[in-house]
Amino acid sequence: MATTKKKIEKEEVVIRFSGDSGDGMQMTGTQFSNTTALLGNDVSTFPDYPAEIRAPQGTVGGVSGFQLHFGNAKVHTPGDYCDVLVAMNPAALKANQRWVKNGGTIIVNIDSFSEKNLKKAGFDENPLPAFKKGDYNVIEAPIQTLIHEAVKDLGLDMKSIERTKNMFALGITYWLFNRPLNHTETFFEQKFAKKPEIIEANILALHAGYNYANTVEALSSHYVVKKAELEKGVYRNINGNTATAWGLIAAAEKAKMPLFCGSYPITPASEILHELSARRDLGVKTFQAEDEIGGITTAIGASFAGNFAVTTTSGPGLALKTEAVGLAVIAELPLVIVDVQRGGPSTGLPTKTEQSDLLQAIYGRHGESPAVVIAASSPSNCFQYAFEAGRIALEHMVPVILLTDGFLANGSEPWRVPEMSSLPAIKAPFVEPSEKEYLPYERDPETLTRKWAVPGMKGFEHRVGGLEKMDKTGNVSYVPENHQLMSEYRQEKVNKVADDFPLPYVEGADEGELLVIGWGGTYGHLHTAVTELQEEGKKLSFVHFNYIYPLPKGVEKIFEKFDNLLVCELNLGQFADYLSIKVPGYKYQKYNKVQGLPFTVDELKNAFNKILEDK
Amino acid sequence: MAEVNKLTPKDFKSDQEVRWCPGCGDHAILNAVQRTMANLGIPREKFAVVSGIGCSSRFPYYMNTYGFHGIHGRGAAIASGLKVANPDLSVWQITGDGDAMAIGGNHFIHVIRRNIDMNLLLFNNEIYGLTKGQYSPTSQLGAKSKTSPFGTVENPFHPGELVIGAQGHFFARAIDNQVKVTTEIFEQAARFKGTSVVEILQNCVIFNDAIHEDIVSRDVRDDRTILLKHGEKMIFGKEKDKGLVRDGLKLKVVTIGKDGYTIEDILTHDAHEANPGMHLMLANMRYPDFPVALGVIRAVPAATYEERLDQQISEVQKQSKIKNMDDLMRTGDTWEV
Ligand SMILES: Cc1ncc(C[n+]2csc(CCOP(=O)(O)OP(=O)(O)O)c2C)c(N)n1
Ligand code: SF4
Repeated sequence: MATTKKKIEKEEVVIRFSGDSGDGMQMTGTQFSNTTALLGNDVSTFPDYPAEIRAPQGTVGGVSGFQLHFGNAKVHTPGDYCDVLVAMNPAALKANQRWVKNGGTIIVNIDSFSEKNLKKAGFDENPLPAFKKGDYNVIEAPIQTLIHEAVKDLGLDMKSIERTKNMFALGITYWLFNRPLNHTETFFEQKFAKKPEIIEANILALHAGYNYANTVEALSSHYVVKKAELEKGVYRNINGNTATAWGLIAAAEKAKMPLFCGSYPITPASEILHELSARRDLGVKTFQAEDEIGGITTAIGASFAGNFAVTTTSGPGLALKTEAVGLAVIAELPLVIVDVQRGGPSTGLPTKTEQSDLLQAIYGRHGESPAVVIAASSPSNCFQYAFEAGRIALEHMVPVILLTDGFLANGSEPWRVPEMSSLPAIKAPFVEPSEKEYLPYERDPETLTRKWAVPGMKGFEHRVGGLEKMDKTGNVSYVPENHQLMSEYRQEKVNKVADDFPLPYVEGADEGELLVIGWGGTYGHLHTAVTELQEEGKKLSFVHFNYIYPLPKGVEKIFEKFDNLLVCELNLGQFADYLSIKVPGYKYQKYNKVQGLPFTVDELKNAFNKILEDK
Repeated sequence: MAEVNKLTPKDFKSDQEVRWCPGCGDHAILNAVQRTMANLGIPREKFAVVSGIGCSSRFPYYMNTYGFHGIHGRGAAIASGLKVANPDLSVWQITGDGDAMAIGGNHFIHVIRRNIDMNLLLFNNEIYGLTKGQYSPTSQLGAKSKTSPFGTVENPFHPGELVIGAQGHFFARAIDNQVKVTTEIFEQAARFKGTSVVEILQNCVIFNDAIHEDIVSRDVRDDRTILLKHGEKMIFGKEKDKGLVRDGLKLKVVTIGKDGYTIEDILTHDAHEANPGMHLMLANMRYPDFPVALGVIRAVPAATYEERLDQQISEVQKQSKIKNMDDLMRTGDTWEV
């Protein structure tokens, strides 16, 4: 059967599932990714969905997509262009046609290509003949007809039958890339344990799709993607939001402190709150506050009480929390504030990614109000940086803003699960109960942190709060010189956090024509673009920042060895401007994109080539 | 339980100079709180006093306990986090009418709705003191102030109504300078499990002097207020001859021995009645038609937020196989390379 068809080996493949927002494309993509990761490929995913829960059906505005990229080596991005596009309706084709590679395969649900639907999608005429004439392999699968046929004996209602369309499409792609069906079957068995007919319908649809692909003449070949060479260990797929939540819990465990999260839902950060709320078994206390201000201030109260306190949000929420971040700064209490950035300003592009909260995070407060800012650079390393945010906050008694973004939050990749024993211990500077005298604002001479005494400790009663505090005693003080001293202490304390920061690693030669500079969630695309050009023999290097404020010490030593510095970011140049203040004397060229989309490797390569050729 | 130590009000005084205006009602309230805490038999280190911003919100600095002077309006949220993080503490929130009901209105109603076990002392001077005399959400319609030179055109909030409307389980009212009575009310609030709100009619001598004078001045107080006590008849007046009776769906003031009313007709106060109807009527009584109700108007026991949360945590912990992060990271879809 299947084996009689041709097998083509490929190193990597990009697939994009697209359909109406009710078509279950996110689940389809997730199933494909999970199955693929289990087979030992490396995978990177990019869910892309509309802001409206239910935009008008069949329109381009309502199209939901899920792109994934897998390969036999490490893949760092979800890919620019896809080898296979699954389009469940004309609108999905319209929205995604420009992302199909030349020579790629387009699988459409031909049943939905009615005149009415074509019109709704904005096609003047059926585009499929044109694609067929071009360099595309178009598969017109009558998905609706075939699933009705496949599940007709189950006695299900129309709606339930139609809902299995996505499994038919998944079945086709499973055949195409030679994936086993059993992982998805088990998924349904667990998810719908109480609804056997739904399990059966989905499994039938999946098999129907698989068999259809096997028999249909249009699909002449199977593709084989070999396993990736991955480090030994236990793996799982993880997205950025889950990784962030887990990193925070891990930090609490390492610090041997209870975790408290005060938060208010906002896209794309809500899932962190969901994950934490599900972890009552690990003693996590989540408090869904009445608003963002309640979220952060309950967290500050919990921090005063001696918990590891966090609050999670996105840009608009961070704006609301601003005053309270200042309170944590002056109270010198540990606090982690996670900002999953999305397109702004205001409600902006709530489901899309952007890096434009950077300056808000660094500077967006009243008064001299320094806080640490760090950023994660891949879905799985959100774990590492959430953990690191906790470590810094707790050990240095400072608020730490952790920046991730919509792309990291929703994107996923296989992750080698660490052993907790391999993570560093976290030691908050709690006062020893045996100490005789407690001066709440006395500082450690090395780090300038104060000691932490929490309510309930006998003999350490003290007051903190928003009014300026006298050095050492912590009494309210309006003494002008004291305010300057305390302002300088708070700043210097944050500056000293950089003593622990490693210098960012330069990928490529440490001198040359072009240094590409990035930060946060753009790592995968920048790394891939730079590596591909390096493989072509181009002379360029790449440095990526996770520690933003304060900057690691000595970055000018990296910058000074390059003719061109190009700062690439998903905003209009905030990091470049920040660098020109903090590391002056260099010309920072900018490459910026603000479309609510990640970079593509292609556009980056073009931009780099232009500089390399221009010289 | 915690040791029962003999503390005196002095033990709760911090070394900081109290900076309220001379004659400000806040002084007496501070005094009452310190007395109350000394009476409670709770070790000093278990007290945490939290506030927002306003004159009254300076309170934590004057208390030799753990204290947190927050930001405007957010005291309720800070205190909520503190209490949920450590339910073992006795948490007191000090707040003004502007702090609690204007900028902090949202947090105020939600802490009450959640029934977090804390004592919320609401200093009501019907004015913004710290910012020097703007009207507040409790200023009477028409009140003249710096921002309402021609009189306000806003309807005021009545704290009791708002508290009961937000499903409050405890509401009491007190007068700043009646330290003995106030101390008793604070004690009941402190012993109540759940959010207990005490509205204190507080005098701002500088920006709203004598605003409550109609009701609280010594010569008229007995006739214009009624001190409610659970299980006791609702009687008031200098001669203790006035009382409250039901009149259809309303309340009515009667004189005992007049118009055929006897002591038997007078209502008995039941602070524990779950139905809020009577409590709302009592909380809303206003001079001159009625005496203003003082004392504990409503005290209905109910489960608290932090109790439910802790119970949920222990139940989930009993059932879950996940005991630590190593377990969590290795459950679900994992594979080995
Ligand atoms: C965010 C913010 N807005 C405004 C203020 C200014 N402010 C401080 S206290 C206050 C009102 C205080 O009135 P109230 O709560 O009734 O307390 P009182 O001073 O009367 O005790 C205002 C408007 C502030 N500190 N912070
Ligand atoms: S301004 Fe009014 S409320 Fe403030 S301290 Fe003075 S008297 Fe008290």
